[in-house]
Amino acid sequence: MVNTKNIVREPLFHVSKRDELSFGKKTIVYVASVFCALLIGAIICSIASPKGNPVMFFVSLFEGVFASSRSIWEMLRDMALLLSVSMALLPAFKMRFWNLGGNGQILMGGLAANVCLITLGGVIGDFWVVLLSVIASMVVGAIWAVIPAIFKALFNANESLFTLMMNYIAQCCVTLFIAIVVKGGSSVLTDDQLPQGGRLPIVGNQFLLTIIVGALIFGFMFIYTKYTKGGYELAVVGDSQNTAKYVGIKVKSVIIRTLAISGAICGIVGLLVTSGNYANAAIGVGSAKNMGFTAIMTTWLGNCNPIMILVSCALVSFINKGMPQVRMAFKLKGESFSNLVVGIIYFFIIACSFIIQYKITFSKKKKEAK
Amino acid sequence: MIMFLQNAIRCSAAFMFGCLGEIITEKSGHLNLGIPGIMCGGVAGGCLSCYLYMGAIPDYTQPSYILLLLIGIIGAVLSGVFLGSIYAFLTVTLKCNQNITGLALTIFGTGFTDIVMQLMDVTKRKQYFSIASTYIAKPLPFAQNLGWFGELFLSYGALVYLAIALCIATGIILKKTRVGLHLRAVGENPAAADAVGIKVDTYKYGSILTGSSVAAIGGFFYVMDLVQGLYNQYQPVEAVGWLAIALVIFTLWRPYLAIAGSVLFGALYTVSNFMDVSSQITNALISFIPYVVTVIVLLSVSVIGSKNVQPPSSLGLNYFREDR
Repeated sequence: MVNTKNIVREPLFHVSKRDELSFGKKTIVYVASVFCALLIGAIICSIASPKGNPVMFFVSLFEGVFASSRSIWEMLRDMALLLSVSMALLPAFKMRFWNLGGNGQILMGGLAANVCLITLGGVIGDFWVVLLSVIASMVVGAIWAVIPAIFKALFNANESLFTLMMNYIAQCCVTLFIAIVVKGGSSVLTDDQLPQGGRLPIVGNQFLLTIIVGALIFGFMFIYTKYTKGGYELAVVGDSQNTAKYVGIKVKSVIIRTLAISGAICGIVGLLVTSGNYANAAIGVGSAKNMGFTAIMTTWLGNCNPIMILVSCALVSFINKGMPQVRMAFKLKGESFSNLVVGIIYFFIIACSFIIQYKITFSKKKKEAK
Repeated sequence: MIMFLQNAIRCSAAFMFGCLGEIITEKSGHLNLGIPGIMCGGVAGGCLSCYLYMGAIPDYTQPSYILLLLIGIIGAVLSGVFLGSIYAFLTVTLKCNQNITGLALTIFGTGFTDIVMQLMDVTKRKQYFSIASTYIAKPLPFAQNLGWFGELFLSYGALVYLAIALCIATGIILKKTRVGLHLRAVGENPAAADAVGIKVDTYKYGSILTGSSVAAIGGFFYVMDLVQGLYNQYQPVEAVGWLAIALVIFTLWRPYLAIAGSVLFGALYTVSNFMDVSSQITNALISFIPYVVTVIVLLSVSVIGSKNVQPPSSLGLNYFREDR
């Protein structure tokens, strides 16, 4: 600060960048903020409901998840799906490409899978139907992501809004598909309208296949982003497109290639949620369960680090699974309580990035002034 | 035909509020993807305050027009300010990522809305809101005597005119006043603005909060005027919010164009109600139009790439004085 007599007032504190925090300290910050967020959620719930106290919030949150082996399986499945979508978004985000179109890519993947199932199911061998579904969902999901990528690469079109619109166009496609397939004015494709033959096989129980695929996708992406040339190239493009150009990376093809991978993985997720061999599997407008958006949060909260993303996916699916029980315990009516609590957690973790990047220095009282 | 145009204009007000709110916010260099959540929040705030007001007066079938409208708007604005201040605090003061904060705000806002709406008694809510909406959507008194002119231009509730007035006012403020000049400077180059002594953070807070309040009124309008007080779920409001964000690009960040763009979107949004909807397939096909048109405009803007149609140049970037 300048020492002139004219200074009447010095700011109470000032903010400056700080050096990298150690891993331990970072963990403490994150854990503390999640806990604070949950605490606030608990307090809101106790205020909003006629009975109950904050402790009950935590108890019922755990009860909701660990009530039965089924609910644990369900949570693991949800987590695997969310993790897969997050892994799909990871390379795009590393490249600073804001792929907000996860929902649309999932829906289109699922749509492609169901089209295969309906047109081919029972016509050719089950194995071939499954194989074709897998290919179709990957290809269509990839196309849905590549369209914005091409325009981003060639004309620098704003990708976040483009992908957002693609979500809605995908929803319209699904509505159109259902209008064509379902006769009689109902706008819901029910399970019995899908042929039984040619659905995804059941491994162990109905959840295990999804979990295995999720683990495979996680492994693939972990290796792809860390140890391959493609993963290295997209990280360079994300850091600085100019640097990438100077070292001879073809920026445009990297963008398109990365988004093709991203979309293909979302397509597989679509296949998993729409072609399973159990009730309520068929595609609907809400089939993506908003995972495209949730995954944006988890990917960013995980700081584009696969392991951290795994942790944040686990946290989000845990809360989503536990919240219905909390609502029951507190006798709350709103179905979106989970949204509220998850939103608060997001705010807190987002705010963490401030604590990690910056430090606040309070200006000292001028004891030894001049 | 007049019916169709009338509906289009009426519907456009919802887009206008949302779009204008986002334009005001983006002029300060902040891309607020929380607008859908804020519009939902406006539903919650506006409806809750109307509900409380109608519950408090002796005869709920006879509310005072001015009070009802004012209380609703104030309620919506308050919730907009509440949600907007979360966003502003996180992105301006704490310099967090704008995209992520916005999305989190949308998730939070939809949850918030659903809960607030569930707090109200369902049957009472329906009674109250159907009456409130007849008041809020009440056309100008002399509209019937003026034939098609009256029907086309004067037959809307006060909020539609408020939307148009706000658009024009914003246009004037941005282009003609010192405040507008400063705000645009902050959005284009905050470091330069800071250097000439403009209080960057104050302007950012101001524009984010104003923008959020305007968008919140849009949500209130959607429920109370456009759909006649029927509220079942937040999804339609959220969809309008996303379209409003897309509309900002469509209108090239210009408040006057927002009026025209909103009317076009309103027309596209309501056109399916006026076509032969005997077949669900045509219906589904029509629902594509607004999104596809948006994409086409988005692309043509970026392909043309002219300097006049670009977003504020520091859009999406946070300003930290010591980074200069």
